[in-house]
Amino acid sequence: MATWDWQVFCKETTSGDVVPSCFGRGGDITYLDWILSAWGWTLSVAALALVVALTVGSLMGVLRTVPDKRLVFIGNAWTELFRNIPLLVQIFLWYHVIPSIFLVLRGVPSFVLVVIALGFFTSARISEQVKAGIESLPRGQRYAGLAVGLTLPQTYRYVLLPMAFRIVIPPLTSESMNIVKNSSVAFAVSIAELTMFAMQAGEETSRNVEMYLAVTLLYFVSAFAINRLMLGVENRVRVPGMIGGK
Amino acid sequence: MRPPGGLIMLNLDFSFLNWNIVSSFILKGLVFSVQLTLIAMIGGIVLGTLLALMRLSGKPWLVTPAAAYVNTMRSIPLVMVILWFFLLIPLLTGRPLGAELSAMITFTLFEAAYYSEIMRAGIQSVPKGQVYAGYAVGMTYPQTMQLIVLPQAFRNMLPVLMTQTIILFQDTSLVYAIGAYDLLKGFEIAGKNFNRPVETYLVAAVVYFVICFSLSMVVRRLQKRIAIIR
Repeated sequence: MATWDWQVFCKETTSGDVVPSCFGRGGDITYLDWILSAWGWTLSVAALALVVALTVGSLMGVLRTVPDKRLVFIGNAWTELFRNIPLLVQIFLWYHVIPSIFLVLRGVPSFVLVVIALGFFTSARISEQVKAGIESLPRGQRYAGLAVGLTLPQTYRYVLLPMAFRIVIPPLTSESMNIVKNSSVAFAVSIAELTMFAMQAGEETSRNVEMYLAVTLLYFVSAFAINRLMLGVENRVRVPGMIGGK
Repeated sequence: MRPPGGLIMLNLDFSFLNWNIVSSFILKGLVFSVQLTLIAMIGGIVLGTLLALMRLSGKPWLVTPAAAYVNTMRSIPLVMVILWFFLLIPLLTGRPLGAELSAMITFTLFEAAYYSEIMRAGIQSVPKGQVYAGYAVGMTYPQTMQLIVLPQAFRNMLPVLMTQTIILFQDTSLVYAIGAYDLLKGFEIAGKNFNRPVETYLVAAVVYFVICFSLSMVVRRLQKRIAIIR
């Protein structure tokens, strides 16, 4: 292990021959092709799961702050359920258990199941933050909205949520970075993402260190890119007059 | 029970789960998961406190390495960290350690990064006057930290430290990646042996939920009590 062998990425995956251009042609793929496609899987799982998590998490977070006690209970139950079971166990539940109970889900590809699992798991954390964001607003804002004749949904849509979402952008940023990291757990149900690549390609080539380093670097790059992206969003939606505003 | 092909099929059979199976497959895994959690918690808090003190020392030669360590650990997925250590420890020590021991080292070093962020916030939550008071009565820096600042930081952060420990307990299931025998593995093996994977995964989820939910209830009560004292 004393010497590096980065040329391993230019090798064709079945024959092990070095391809001069480092990219496979025709049906052949090199390890470089493979790791890039794995990166694509990681990012797609993370991005789609984030969409699920933001939608469901915001809904559940809002439910936990409304006057109706039944809706509060639903929001609380959802959050506790998905927060207190390990992600890996949740992924196994979606992959092994739910399709065998609900037969309609039998044909659903594992990629979709992992997206749902990761999305629901993260939705519990996002619901916590959205709830905290709404509760951090002065009580008067809600009353003001209702007093001028807005309905409760309108008060949320036009008064509470625009402020609450801006407040929770920093924790949402770290949650978005977490979702990329957590997508690595999808290796357990054989999604061809980066961690799965690291395990398989490491074993095939016996060049674990090079493979792990490349994968770790790609995780770094992804997390950093999200951080910058969210910083941009945060700057764009800043409210003048607030701390950190213009 | 409905015939196959219907919308919902519920023919779960939990009858195979008797005490014999629990004690021979699952208890072993539970013991390891709890062991791993406790070791990583104690080791992680000790190391994490040291890292936090380094970061708050104001000396660049202590701040930089501590910050680099914490930030690196926090930006790599835990599964990759587990794989890295499983690969690197034998290379460094020259002999294989086994998945269980490797997991203990990995989790201690990984959790230290997360605990250190909590302890850093805890130390910063103690008013500066407390430190000056320590110096004023003639205490040295280690004495001030040990006798005045850290006990308060620790108490203020107790609920957060415990919440992190619940997350740590959930994360121990990721030793799946290197095949260590933990609680989840115990359920999985029992499910494979008796050809009842659906039921065992369900029970595993319930067991994890009950443990984590009750612990989080304890944390919530603790939080209220500490809030009153303050």
